[in-house]
Parts: sequence; C-alpha cells; structure tokens
Amino acid sequence: MLTESIKIVLADDEENDRLLFTDALNELKTKTVIDTVNDGIELMDYLAKEAPDLPHLIFLDLNMPRKNGYECLKEIRALYGNDIAIAIFSTSMAEEDIELTLINGANVYINKPNSFAELKQALNKVVITAHAYQNTFFNKANFLLRV
Amino acid sequence: MILHITYDINTICKKILQEQLDKLDLKYTLNGVSEVEIKQPVSEEILNQLNAGLKEYNSEIVASQKSIMVQKIKEAIVEMVFMEDKLPSKTSTYLAEKLKQNYTYLSNVFSNVTYTSIETFILMQKAERAKQLMSTNELTISEIAWKLNYSSTAHFSTQFKNVTGLTPSAFQRIINGRRANKQ
Repeated sequence: MLTESIKIVLADDEENDRLLFTDALNELKTKTVIDTVNDGIELMDYLAKEAPDLPHLIFLDLNMPRKNGYECLKEIRALYGNDIAIAIFSTSMAEEDIELTLINGANVYINKPNSFAELKQALNKVVITAHAYQNTFFNKANFLLRV
Repeated sequence: MILHITYDINTICKKILQEQLDKLDLKYTLNGVSEVEIKQPVSEEILNQLNAGLKEYNSEIVASQKSIMVQKIKEAIVEMVFMEDKLPSKTSTYLAEKLKQNYTYLSNVFSNVTYTSIETFILMQKAERAKQLMSTNELTISEIAWKLNYSSTAHFSTQFKNVTGLTPSAFQRIINGRRANKQ
C-alpha cells in the first residue's frame, strides 16, 4: 500500500545542474530512485520506454534546447494524464507566468535556489509532498506547490 | 490412467496474485513473486478483500506493523480535520488517546514512514480540506476560514501559504484557469 521509494526523473541540459540536483536528493532522508536526461526529446523517449512503470515525479527545467519545458508539459499531460507529478524549475519568472505554468498542468513551481542548502530544502518539501499525494487520499488534481 | 504433473510454482503464484488484483481492478506492477506495488492509494476494505481472496489459497498479505500504524494515524488526523466542531486544542493528546499509544511512539513511527512529522501532516491535511472547499467555488475565502475554525481570514491565508507557497486566491485562480482550459 505504501510506495517505498519515489521514482524521479530530472530533465536538464546542464551537467552541473544535474549533478547538484542528484547530490541534493541523495542527501535527503526520503528514499528516491533518480534518473536524469539531457533534454526534452530524451525525456519523452525515456517515458515511452519506462511505461507503464512511469516515474512518480518529473523535474523539468523550462529552458532546454530541442524541446523546452513548456512543450514537454503539454505532451506529458496529453499522453500520460494527471497521474505523474510535474515540477517545473526556473529562475525569476513573473507571477503571471508562474500561475500560467501551473494552470497549464504543472503541479509544482520551484524558483531555482542560490545555494545547495536551499536546493535541499526545496527538494525535500517537493518530495515529501509528492510522497503524501502518492500514499494518502489526497486529490492529485489539487497538488499545487510553490517553493 | 496415471498422469504425472510437474508444476511451475512461480508461474502459479504470479497468476493467482494477478487474478486477485485484477478482480479488484487495481493498477499494479509485480516485483517478483512475493512483492507487488499497487499504484494508487487503497482503502482498508480493498486490502481485506484482497487478503480474503489470497486466503483461499492459504496465502496472505504480510502486514508491516509500521505501515498499519501510520494508516491509522492518518485516518485519525483526517477525522480530526473534518470534524465540524472546534479542533481539539492539544492534537497530541487527542491522537494518543484515540490510538491508545504514547505520542512519542506515534511521532517516531510516523516520521519514519512518511519522512515528515505529524504536525506537518496535520497542516497538509487542513490545506487539502481548504482546497476541496475552494474547488467547489461555493464559499468565499472568509467563509472557508471560518468553517475551518481559523481565528481570522489572514491567519488562514498565512497558514495556507506556508504549506502550499500560494495564497488561497492564487490557488483558486489556478484551479479556475485549468477548468477554463478544458473548455
């Protein structure tokens, strides 16, 4: 009944960011299984390959070459529905754009933190919340979080 | 006529398990023969039905004491948050009495399994309740704050924002925006 670990995939075109992110997640208490991909096209290929054992949570960098976060967001919702939680991260977006991203199907918006400690804190909150939605009778349609 | 049969135990066990799961319309993945991950929250009733089905083959679900306790704590919290009367002033006493365990034990098991504290979970549950009410668009934010026993609308908004990072009105805008998208 309880999902033991949260399956996570990160899509980010910068290797440094992918490393930081993976390190931060691995330092958290929560049990996670982490995969990374380098851009939007790799992400869609990854999801097609993993189906039906899809990840619980996708972290999407908005600005990627070949296929950006917005396009991925729309495609993922169209293909896989609302079961997968999607967290978008970006640097300094305007309020209206943040809300628009959430309206267009993202569950979480993360303002890219400046320090490793802040990154850990932000990811911790996202993962714990995703874990709660996975294991409690919360309505996933109401999963909205901004960190 | 005498026939000799050889059985493939693994296949048999898998098939039995799959039959029982499919009977209940559950989404799952099998991890080998003795482990199954059910890809949705399931109620105690469904688990009992599943267990009953397995018992006919002299098999059963192995219950983890810890996860059972955590389920009970969550159910007690949900009940508490949905209570129409005032929330108990000391939630720790309420839970300890209701579940007949000392609170330190409950706290430890809970954070061990969910990676978060009971207090945080209570706040999440309250935010969930608020979200439900906001989705219906029938009550104003003030009415919801009053219904959930907050001392003021401001207090409710602050707590909601602490949990979700969004103000109640931003949340409502987003939900309504999503609905508009669908049309």
